[in-house]
Amino acid sequence: MGPFLLVTIQIDLYDRLALNLEADLVQKVHQTGARGVLIDISAVSIVDSFMGRILGNIASMTRVLDAETVVVGMQPAVAITLIELGLSLKGVHTALDVERGMALLQTKLDLDYEMADDDADDIE
Amino acid sequence: MLMTLSKDSMSITREQDLVPFRNRVKEAAVKIGMGIVNQTKLITAASELVRNMFRYAGGGEVLIEIVSKGRESGVRLTFADKGPGIANLDLAMQDGYSTGKSLGLGLPGAKRLVNEFDLKSTVGQGTTVMILKWKNG
Ligand SMILES: Nc1ncnc2c1ncn2[C@@H]1O[C@H](COP(=O)(O)OP(=O)(O)OP(=O)(O)O)[C@@H](O)[C@H]1O
Ligand SMILES: [Mg+2]
Repeated sequence: MGPFLLVTIQIDLYDRLALNLEADLVQKVHQTGARGVLIDISAVSIVDSFMGRILGNIASMTRVLDAETVVVGMQPAVAITLIELGLSLKGVHTALDVERGMALLQTKLDLDYEMADDDADDIE
Repeated sequence: MLMTLSKDSMSITREQDLVPFRNRVKEAAVKIGMGIVNQTKLITAASELVRNMFRYAGGGEVLIEIVSKGRESGVRLTFADKGPGIANLDLAMQDGYSTGKSLGLGLPGAKRLVNEFDLKSTVGQGTTVMILKWKNG
């Protein structure tokens, strides 16, 4: 099983940086075989439709590489604003903090294993 | 009656202007004591509009004003560009309508996040969007 990647976004990113993050992260998942990605956005004060789309892209690209992405630490004001803006972070898992995000990833992976086991039983 | 208490402007030409611009808007919001949720809504709406401005019009000017009406104070932002303009405003204001292969959330979403929203556009001349967020709005 690959490790989890933890990315902390410490500043408000402008678009180029956000796109770089997307590319770098997908690359890293590929290189390391990570099964889970945690993106800590607790220091991010604004998530607009562009940033939201980047988070969604990261989630769907990592899923293709067989990893799950969890966004952790979203500030309450940001969450409220996203809903009113109309942006649903579809396919993006969220958790309150890094610890809970890890737990969520772990559960998802355990589930995966159980399902793989079930499949194996079927073949027998 | 609406009174302007302070006025500041900033020209937007590149995407790197986005973060400093947001900071200017935040300063104005903090100055009038706007709470964090309303600040976040205002700055997010502003971010959508400024992005539209450099994406579809190659940049423009934003006027940042602190305004008051009776006891209420607020921040008013006016985004003016000399881009291609918008042919069908009703369509542009619909959720999901985009000519940029995007989500089409910027304009309708920005409108939901503020208290006043006014969009004017003339094809071939440009687009002006005004938004106003009251401190307690
Ligand atoms: N300043 C502008 N000048 C010219 N056209 C504009 C301008 N702002 C918006 N438009 C037009 O209005 C459409 C809708 O804008 P809106 O911001 O709602 O969605 P979007 O930019 O396409 O997608 P999103 O904002 O979700 O990334 C745009 O696709 C574009 O055609
Ligand atoms: Mg837009």
